[in-house]
Amino acid sequence: MSDLLLIFTDYTLRNVALGSAMLGVVGGVLGAFAVLRRQSLLGDVLAHAALPGICLAFILTGAKAPLILLVGGGLAGWLAAWLVLAVLRHSRLPEDSALGVMLSGFFGFGVALLTFIQHSNNASQAGLDQYIFGQAATIVASDVLNFTVLGGLALLTVGLFYKEFKLLAFDPAYAHSLGLPVRGLNTLLTSLTVLAVMVGLQTVGVVLMAAMLIAPAAAARQWTDRLEAMIGLSALFGAMAGVSGALISATRENLPTGPLVVLSMSAILLVSLFFAPLRGLVWDWARTRQHRRRVRLERLLLDAHVLHTHGTLTPQALAERRREPVAVALRNLEALRSLGWAQEHPQGFILTPTGEQKAHELEQAMRVLPQRVEGSS
Amino acid sequence: MNADLVIILTAILVSTASALVGSFLVLRRMALLSDAISHAVLPGIVLAYWLSGGERATLPALLGAAAAGLATVVLVEWLTRTGRVKNDAAIGIVFPALFSLGVLAVSLFFRNVHLDMDAVLYGEIAYAPFNTLSLWGQEVPESWLVMGSLTLLNLLFVLLFYKELKLATFDPGLAAALGFAPGALYYGLMTLVSFTSVGAFQSVGAILIVAFLIIPPATAYLLTQRLPVMLALAVGVGVVSSLAGYALAIWLDASIAGMMATVAGLCFALAFLFSPVEGYLTTRLRRERQRLEVAARLLVAHLAHHSQPVPEQEVLEEFGWNPRFLGQVREKALQAGWLEVVREGLRPTARGLAMSSAQLELGS
Repeated sequence: MSDLLLIFTDYTLRNVALGSAMLGVVGGVLGAFAVLRRQSLLGDVLAHAALPGICLAFILTGAKAPLILLVGGGLAGWLAAWLVLAVLRHSRLPEDSALGVMLSGFFGFGVALLTFIQHSNNASQAGLDQYIFGQAATIVASDVLNFTVLGGLALLTVGLFYKEFKLLAFDPAYAHSLGLPVRGLNTLLTSLTVLAVMVGLQTVGVVLMAAMLIAPAAAARQWTDRLEAMIGLSALFGAMAGVSGALISATRENLPTGPLVVLSMSAILLVSLFFAPLRGLVWDWARTRQHRRRVRLERLLLDAHVLHTHGTLTPQALAERRREPVAVALRNLEALRSLGWAQEHPQGFILTPTGEQKAHELEQAMRVLPQRVEGSS
Repeated sequence: MNADLVIILTAILVSTASALVGSFLVLRRMALLSDAISHAVLPGIVLAYWLSGGERATLPALLGAAAAGLATVVLVEWLTRTGRVKNDAAIGIVFPALFSLGVLAVSLFFRNVHLDMDAVLYGEIAYAPFNTLSLWGQEVPESWLVMGSLTLLNLLFVLLFYKELKLATFDPGLAAALGFAPGALYYGLMTLVSFTSVGAFQSVGAILIVAFLIIPPATAYLLTQRLPVMLALAVGVGVVSSLAGYALAIWLDASIAGMMATVAGLCFALAFLFSPVEGYLTTRLRRERQRLEVAARLLVAHLAHHSQPVPEQEVLEEFGWNPRFLGQVREKALQAGWLEVVREGLRPTARGLAMSSAQLELGS
């Protein structure tokens, strides 16, 4: 708890928390569009492709000013995205292969450049590899300002083009028929995703940035069917994961931030997948279980009713009819009795009036069912 | 033993093994699943490393990592099947989570031991000559043994199940209908991808293995439309990238694996631009040629209707061409021998007239 209060007093922690929150919000908002448009992995390519850009920016300017490196990374990411589109437009290579080629090709080039810089004994290079897995502890006030400008720019643009982006996400063909510049809007949205990646490079790094675009949106999707709510929740989840991951990593030295942020986000996602109202998997499973149980009991009652009308509702007879061991049949009769549908009798069991009534209703329903189907067809 | 030779042969084995299975990943549109598998291999290796008490043992690492790779495939499929998340998002969710676990475990427990972050990212192929095993009294590099066996395994898989793989790749429905168990084949392929990722992990790291699995087959895909040719070309591109990448890496003093991936990327770019099948520039060039040819035929057909030579100015007005284009078209027609330039203008030759009337017959 005392650690948490440090956010407000400790200068470093405050910057870390603000920077990561900014990342979460921007990543969450743009990720929502990426996930809905099934372009989740384009973000992965953008992020990986930023590495050579960062290295080239360093080699060309010799400066380690984060903003210059971020711009270099952003440009490289943008180039990779453009190349993916070019390859898709002018060859028959499937989309996933085009993405994979750009991702690994750019990243490989980045690794080569990174090691080239490291081996050239440049004293000021120390810290360039923080962009691979992120190092939140290095975030200072000026970085937070950069993030705010970059992120603010992205969010403002989304706000301005919200209606167009919404249409693009759900019905691009309709957007096209309305005369909207679909290709231009696509490019714009991709460019905004590049901005989000730039905000995330210092915090989560190039390798894991994709998770900050995909996971918050996927988690938010479970809670709502409305785009506005999804974007809001996505931003909130992203910010929560960003702040908690960054704070945990800032408490210890040499703890890369990226993995911690991603794992926090994965935890939020898991909770959403399992427990979100309506779409949660747990409720699904519970419903299925309940339904199975009901069907099983109803079939049992019908079997018991047949035997009851013959006056031979004994465990042995039930076992024979249902091809199950006598012990199981006995347990089934006990189940019927505890529901108040059967009672003990000198010759074994009989159905209670409630049980008979219920069985009757079921038989009626089953007799009605085929007629209903025929009637409707 | 010669260190260069050890490294180069290791790289060639890595790229051959990867190209063989990678080709099917590209064809089956599962390229990004290999990205997920290769990332997920890390926690598997860390777990096996921890279970075996900090010894770097190859066999447990192989098995642990292959299990992790398969777990990724199963997880992604399960997530997709719940209907809560689309397939691409599922991939993008599963692998960062697993990779994060691995990275965290490495930084917490194995910092500065055998496994460090550099090795995770770009492998340690430069150390390949130092890890040797004694085999029948001979010192053999471990990487040769591991990658050699994997290459052999992949090659056997492709050769033995070639027919089944081909069918399941191009017509999964028919393969299932004929009872070829595409599921078993699919998991077999995924197992080999996992094995290859782990085996190559020590040499080229978790992320760059994707470059070896995908880029050479994708390059080959652009160059041919026949499966056997594609497999051979993919292996070829892999080997060329290994050799050139190694040379460049030594020259620039940069990561060997990174440079190999870079060269592979360049090969892809060349194939994209110049592939005889559908290269970007090849296609544009062909279109340009066809445009000129059609224009030349049109011009000659037009001239054939006139008994007198037609001045160029009239042609320009008739077709709305600019003088430069007319120059190119005239050149084309002259080359074909359809046209001659006289003082009054352009006049078709006997050959041009024959071509023109043949064309008219074809059209009627």
